[in-house]
Amino acid sequence: MSTLLEVSGVSVTFDGFRAINNLSFQIGNAELRAVIGPNGAGKTTFMDIVTGKTRPNEGRVIWGEKSVSLLRKSEAKIAQMGIGRKFQKPTVFEDQTVQENLLMALKNKRGWFGVLFYRPSPTDLDGVEQLAFEIGLKDELPRKSGELSHGQKQWLEIGMLLAQEPRLLLVDEPAAGMTPHEREHTTELLVQAAKTRAVVVVEHDMEFVRRLNCKVTVLHEGSVLAEGSLDHVTSNQDVIDVYLGR
Amino acid sequence: MERSFVAKNPSVLVFLAILSLFTLSVTVLSEGFGIGVISTSFVKTLGKTLCLCLIAVAMDLVWGFTGILSLGHFAFFGLGGYMIGLWLMYERTRLIVVESLSQTEIPPTPSEIADAIGNQIFGVVGSSEFPLIWAFSDSLFLQLALVVLIPGLLALVFGWLAFRSRVTGVYLSILTQAMTLALALYLFQNDSGLRGNNGLSGLQNLPGVTASQDVVSIWFLWASALALGLGYMLAAWVVSGKFGSVIRGIRDNEARVRFLGYSVEAYKLAVFALTACIAAIAGALYYPQAGIINPEEMAPIASIYLAVWVAIGGRGRLYGAVIGAAFVSLLSTWFTGGQAPDIPLGVYTIKWVDWWQVLLGVSFVLVTLFAPQGIGGLFDLLANRRPLDRHGANLGPDDGALREKEATE
Amino acid sequence: MLRLFLAGLAILCACLTANAQEVGLQPILQEHQETIAKSSRKTIKPAIDAIAASGLPQAQVMLETWGAKDMWMRKSDGLFFSAEQAEGQSYVLTDFDTGKVVGTIKKSDLKQLKPNSGVRAMIGTALVQFQLTDPDRKKRLAALQSIQRDPEGALLEPLRASIEDEADADLRARKQRLERLLTIGYDTDTAARVAAIEDMSDDLSVDVRAALNPLVVTSRKAAADLPLNVNVAVILEPGSDSLSRDEAYDLLVASDLAAPPVSPDNIRTALAGNIDGGRVGGVPVAQLNTTTARARAYATLAEAGIVPALVTEADIDTALGAHTFFETYAEASPEVTAAAEKALEQIELKVGLNQSLDLMLDAISLASIYFLAAIGLAITFGVMGVINMAHGEFIMMGAYTGYVVQQFIPDHTLSIIVAIPMAFAVTFAMGVAMERLVIRWLYSRPLETLLATFGISIALQQLAKNIFGTQARPLTAPGWLDGAWVLNDVVSISYIRIAIFVLALIFLGLFLYIMKRTRLGLEMRAVTQNPRMAGSIGINPGRVNMLTFGLGSGIAGIAGVAIGLFAKVTSDLGSDYIVQSFMTVVVGGVGNIWGALAGAGMIGFLQKGIEWMNPSNTLAAQTYMIVFIIIFIQFRPRGIVALKGRAAGD
Repeated sequence: MSTLLEVSGVSVTFDGFRAINNLSFQIGNAELRAVIGPNGAGKTTFMDIVTGKTRPNEGRVIWGEKSVSLLRKSEAKIAQMGIGRKFQKPTVFEDQTVQENLLMALKNKRGWFGVLFYRPSPTDLDGVEQLAFEIGLKDELPRKSGELSHGQKQWLEIGMLLAQEPRLLLVDEPAAGMTPHEREHTTELLVQAAKTRAVVVVEHDMEFVRRLNCKVTVLHEGSVLAEGSLDHVTSNQDVIDVYLGR
Repeated sequence: MERSFVAKNPSVLVFLAILSLFTLSVTVLSEGFGIGVISTSFVKTLGKTLCLCLIAVAMDLVWGFTGILSLGHFAFFGLGGYMIGLWLMYERTRLIVVESLSQTEIPPTPSEIADAIGNQIFGVVGSSEFPLIWAFSDSLFLQLALVVLIPGLLALVFGWLAFRSRVTGVYLSILTQAMTLALALYLFQNDSGLRGNNGLSGLQNLPGVTASQDVVSIWFLWASALALGLGYMLAAWVVSGKFGSVIRGIRDNEARVRFLGYSVEAYKLAVFALTACIAAIAGALYYPQAGIINPEEMAPIASIYLAVWVAIGGRGRLYGAVIGAAFVSLLSTWFTGGQAPDIPLGVYTIKWVDWWQVLLGVSFVLVTLFAPQGIGGLFDLLANRRPLDRHGANLGPDDGALREKEATE
Repeated sequence: MLRLFLAGLAILCACLTANAQEVGLQPILQEHQETIAKSSRKTIKPAIDAIAASGLPQAQVMLETWGAKDMWMRKSDGLFFSAEQAEGQSYVLTDFDTGKVVGTIKKSDLKQLKPNSGVRAMIGTALVQFQLTDPDRKKRLAALQSIQRDPEGALLEPLRASIEDEADADLRARKQRLERLLTIGYDTDTAARVAAIEDMSDDLSVDVRAALNPLVVTSRKAAADLPLNVNVAVILEPGSDSLSRDEAYDLLVASDLAAPPVSPDNIRTALAGNIDGGRVGGVPVAQLNTTTARARAYATLAEAGIVPALVTEADIDTALGAHTFFETYAEASPEVTAAAEKALEQIELKVGLNQSLDLMLDAISLASIYFLAAIGLAITFGVMGVINMAHGEFIMMGAYTGYVVQQFIPDHTLSIIVAIPMAFAVTFAMGVAMERLVIRWLYSRPLETLLATFGISIALQQLAKNIFGTQARPLTAPGWLDGAWVLNDVVSISYIRIAIFVLALIFLGLFLYIMKRTRLGLEMRAVTQNPRMAGSIGINPGRVNMLTFGLGSGIAGIAGVAIGLFAKVTSDLGSDYIVQSFMTVVVGGVGNIWGALAGAGMIGFLQKGIEWMNPSNTLAAQTYMIVFIIIFIQFRPRGIVALKGRAAGD
């Protein structure tokens, strides 16, 4: 299995506080991975580094077959290269319709001049409809996304991520605040997505992680504590001490 | 494609219809072309108001849609005015000088003409040399190009610097304000080459045109109305498509747009520069009607007033900006022109010339607090569109994001 | 020298007259009776010289009386007396020599002598030598000051003579110093002058430079050959930077060494005067709109001898080649000029150093003004994140409060002491009202806050205009703040500025104390960092926000009193400071008092620095400063003292 993203020896310091400490992480094409860890373990900072929001003090972040370094790239550039990110809180553009949201995310030219003259082609509209169907929002297309329920917003955001057609999906706590039924739907979406691309899910909820049924990475104080199947890491004494035991 | 654009934006048609009707009726009622009910000076006021509406559209584009509270767009407006003023003043002075020199026995040499023009124009600042900035003032075409180029370039440079370093929110506002102040202070100097605080004057006289001001004022009214119509259509077109989606996204949640792969800086820069150009065109039409331009016009406070107009009209909707600018500036003319009747209160008489600013300030605070949708919100009442109940949450985390009360279903 | 001479003269006089008593002033006066009676600046000199030379003690009294217009002439015999008005139209006359009353006489028999100002000045000079040795210290001091004002070669000897007997140490030092200065300008001995110049070459005072500068004044001259008997400063090459070709030729024309060039205007006039049947010199008038055509026509006229010939470039070159251009000193002695040049150079260097010191003091005082104006903002904007465009109007309100207090309390010191807490109270109340009514509805909406507070700002400004009018109102500083602390002739700083600096320091201390040592400060920091958390541990965020905002506004009010002391109090006082204040906070780094301090320091020093480079133009200084700040923010978007880490994150 070839490596899609390789993070090695990365450290970040905020005002003397080491948020990430010599972290190394790898993920291949079409792989589903869960990242768990207690608060302050550096999960969100890890995502910030990969997406270009935070620049690490040291270390390397290598992407794709051509082994491009992501360290000097802007967020927009990294997103265009195929890394999608879903935030903890659902962040959709609430003043705009579901369709507008999806169209904006749809993989197309991102330059301002091209976008200025862009008018959606029938293929694009079909694609949006297909996506909306997948995320269960087909009937909500003309509605403003601000009116959607919490769970619907989460799905819309996942839909927008899928519309970007990223090769790597970073998902931050997708199941937070969802009903059991919505959770199930979300799990399905993620598992489905991981068949064609790499998906990294950051999650607190063990039950949800178990249902994903994938390799798990445990972060603690900014570095990897354990890695392996869920059963493997939950039997690890270190993990029990710092995470599960509390 | 165009048809679907108009179909999707019926308000554009309504707006254009009202604008044409307005222009037509003013023409019919004017002294130059009609029955003379409206005085020429009021025609000029109306023409100037149209220009202010145009810059308000630009402001709405940059603030209401992109979320950048620029306090510098009046600087671009003024620069546009200066650029056209250069040609108007040079050409008119040249005609006068050539006329007067041709009376002499010996025909003048080119350098004598240039010296005489320089003396005429720069006598007030104790100089007769042409500064570099006047290099193209003899060419109407080049100066017209500069009307757009100079403010556009300034906006590009400034915007690039500001957006690149990710200055946002109030910081950006303060920075734009500082830019405006710097520009105004610079122009106040006599050696800036633009006649210091004297500014450029006599701009109402078009060189080589013998028609009376009655007629010229109507020409400018038409030109302003045309510019406003085109500007409005352009702005409506820009915000209608995906570009509009992206900039509204930037307004409400910049980071999210960035993670979608859009280069936020490039979009902001494009909008900033585009609106600077629109503002400059508005200024180039405004100042020939005003007749005089000086650095006072570019003081930071003017740009804040611009934001006030847009806010009172209702930001995030183009017609709101137009209504706000027209309403407030005409009302302001009415109050400060001494036409509003004084209110005697026995011990004290309220003279509106003195109290208008207080009224404006207070009503502005009230609008911000209680009716953020502004006058435009009245249209929602008519159209029976109700505001969204979002339990106090705004539409996005950014400073420029729409507020709960501004959003509609 | 002079003393010997005077002594000799006295002996001579004594020998000439039998009765010493009779040798008095009156004979001398009578000798010059006519010139004294009709005194004019041109003719009076011999008379005054004679009086002064007499060396008689009563001469001083007489000169003073004359200068004070109290000397009268008796018409009957032409004798001069000091006269004092008695009752009615009569005057009591006193003889100068005896000091005794001669009699009372009617005004109609007398003639008052009214020397004009020119004559009075000469009388004053003559008096100086008496006054320099006057027993009264005040008179000696006045004499010194008069010499300083109006130095003259003739005074050098009396001055020197008076030094030795001077008992007062201070006056003695002053006399010695003055003697050096006069020596530089007026001594006949070159060596003595050079020595005096060297003595004074480390003195920064203006009067030293005033004594030295005339020595090095040069004038430009042109001649066929370099004259031998002049003190040449430098030989100039025409066409060089120091002397352009045009200047060189103008110099030749001015010295009548070359023909004046024919200016374009002259050509034009000449051509216009010689139009002959639509042609000038064979060229049609219509074609005369180029320089070459005009030159051709003029040349034709010149050939015909109607107009003076054109001076061509070749002519100019020849003339320039045939002459030498140089600058000469007005002072004839090369040793003196060389020493003066050297001394001036040394002094300039020291002056330069002192000027930079002065500039630093200026910059510090400007920085403290900005700091004062910005410190309130550092609280409301920096700590709370509330952008208050009406902050400038709070400053204005503080200044107006000071003005109003002064209307009721005329004593300036007391009124300022009362005004400071009053200003605080007024703006504190205003700030609290504004926070409660407007700002608290707009937390987390900074842009709306900006606009709403701007609305308040224009309303307050107009209100102030309606109440106090548009003209500036004075806020007078107490007397003890007038004047300046003068270090030397170059470095000085006014007491008001020192007071503002001290006030800024006090505020800095106060701010630090409140934030770090008081309960309010603790709660303030808690609320600004995490309002929800602070609320849940029993802090009332509303109350804390209100107080914080009130505090920031109150400090703005006090700053207003301070600023009002040196600036005119007008309704737009505040708007002059608002942008700079925001810049100070932004440049310094938000949320940190040291940031505001650093920002104020940077902006103050920068502005003074730019003004120093281009002193004529304070507008330009401000422009460039703002441009610099805009660029600076590119490199340090979070200011000089930036908060680091996630707390500062977006």
